[in-house]
Amino acid sequence: MSAPKANLEVLPRSVQVALTLGLGALLAFPFAGSDFYTQMVTRMMIMAIFAMSLDLLQGVTGLVSLGHAAYFGLAGYALAFLTPAGAAVSLWWTLPAAVAASGLAALIIGFFVVRTQGIYFIMVTMAFAQMVFYLFFDNKVLGGSDGLYINFKPDASIFGWVPFDLDSKATMYYVTLALMLLVYVFLRRLLWSPFGRALAGIRVNEHRMRAMGFGTFGYKLSAFTLAGALAGLAGYLWGCQTGYMNPELMGFYMSADALMMVILGGMGNFAGAIVGAFAFEVLLNVFKDLPQVGGINLGKHWQLWIGLFIVLVVTFAPRGLLGLVQRLRPRKESAGE
Amino acid sequence: MDFPTFLIQLLNSVQYGLLLFMLAAGLTLIFGIIGVVNLAHGSFYMLGAYLAYSLSSLLGSLAVAIACGAVLSVIFGLALEWLLFRHFYERDHLDQVLLTFGLIYIFEEMRSILWGDDVHSVPIPDVLAASIPLTDTLSYPVYRLVISGVCVALAIGLYLLISKTRLGMKIRAGAFNRDMTEALGVNIKLIHAIVFALGVALASVAGMIAAPVSSVYPNMGSQVLIMCFVVVVIGGIGSVRGALIAALLVGLVDTFGKVLLPHISGMLVYMLMAAVLLWKPQGLFKQ
Repeated sequence: MSAPKANLEVLPRSVQVALTLGLGALLAFPFAGSDFYTQMVTRMMIMAIFAMSLDLLQGVTGLVSLGHAAYFGLAGYALAFLTPAGAAVSLWWTLPAAVAASGLAALIIGFFVVRTQGIYFIMVTMAFAQMVFYLFFDNKVLGGSDGLYINFKPDASIFGWVPFDLDSKATMYYVTLALMLLVYVFLRRLLWSPFGRALAGIRVNEHRMRAMGFGTFGYKLSAFTLAGALAGLAGYLWGCQTGYMNPELMGFYMSADALMMVILGGMGNFAGAIVGAFAFEVLLNVFKDLPQVGGINLGKHWQLWIGLFIVLVVTFAPRGLLGLVQRLRPRKESAGE
Repeated sequence: MDFPTFLIQLLNSVQYGLLLFMLAAGLTLIFGIIGVVNLAHGSFYMLGAYLAYSLSSLLGSLAVAIACGAVLSVIFGLALEWLLFRHFYERDHLDQVLLTFGLIYIFEEMRSILWGDDVHSVPIPDVLAASIPLTDTLSYPVYRLVISGVCVALAIGLYLLISKTRLGMKIRAGAFNRDMTEALGVNIKLIHAIVFALGVALASVAGMIAAPVSSVYPNMGSQVLIMCFVVVVIGGIGSVRGALIAALLVGLVDTFGKVLLPHISGMLVYMLMAAVLLWKPQGLFKQ
């Protein structure tokens, strides 16, 4: 049996329409929803950026990382360290600095992990992420197990002119939406570039790519670094939005959640990662809000439901939600003939 | 560092290393023979620790608790294999990763429902509660030596099972060429079920014997799982011998790191892993 590697490069018309409708809904959302829901959807979009960055590795290049949260967390922590206790810092240099920090960490760790393959890669990425986790968890200077607060949101003013103010929940929402779209368009373009084609080639057959003269190590390391930097972008936004970073954000569960989002939505086309991130976050909220039934608080045990859900999805729908749509379509068409 | 202190640290590192080996051996056996990646392996360790806690207070004896717990773990392993894992043997590693990740969530929550979120301790049996005096002020607890002894005994048993018995021969043949072994009339499905249950039992027994010294607490599985991965990566996947050497190495680096270089002790093991990867990306004893 082959791997669930649905690389739906040209999205089917129905999916395109659904995505456009979804975008319209996202644009209008802050006008309809309360502050609470605006923040919730902002969080979902941040997770969508994070999931897309992982999809570049997982869906496009075929490298399944179980330690991607490390780069997410590092940029958020970078923001926390760069923000003084009593004042805001400029967005315009902290954002590149934080993203670069994540990218650099991914470059260094990538140098070790990219040498390995398959299940080794999974274990090694996980082990390195855990190293980063313990580095922060064990050191009081780095916030320790309590984490760090970011009391002031980064300031977006340019020489006194303020284009937008991240303190406003709606503005934070639209900035995140804009960045999510930017990352999506960038990654879709990348998919079609010679670089993206080479990555896809590595996923299908790395030996053949090497035989054709591609330096696959360099390509994989570049992909790993870029994915780390984009995860950093998500982490930075997370730090901005929540004003708080803790080691759990770099931990095993965070990495695995992102993996689940990518699988859930469908791999290799980035739209799936967005859909998966939204679906996963919605599900989490549904599970957490489950009612009390006969003395048992179902919502309290949300981890049980999410676990059962993951087991059921992987058993019955290994190609994810978009893959499910894709699989149903031809059947419907042939039935109509 | 004077000699008695050194000796204590050495014994501690060997004990930790041997315990890691029991876990890593199960992990690497399940991967090497069946081809299944099992992230939930740490959960079996946790299960063992909680079983030791409940059964020893219920039955009044840790030894009886471990015996009963081992049997329960084997049954649990067989049930899990029959219900879920056997459907994933031919699937992609990614599916296995997800399945077992989902199981971690389920096991953690079941643990929370059944046992709560408190930290528990398991008393060391009276017979083994003594210490061996090394100097006037330093002594070594007998129970830690017992842990090492049990691990060594199980390791030897495992070695004999795999290399000397008829079942071991079939296991090795199945790992080498599944179809050919099946064609020769070996019930490979049964062999896989046995290997899986064996791996579960090894992890669970490790959790049970470690419970009195490590105490019993939520999420104890995930920490040990990562260490297992480090051991398997260093040793080379599928290699039991590699797992033994890597586990002892990790035990030494971790224990002495805490004494000699406390500031970076948490990272030393990973630095060791990075160094090995640079030198041999497939691990020290790739099969």
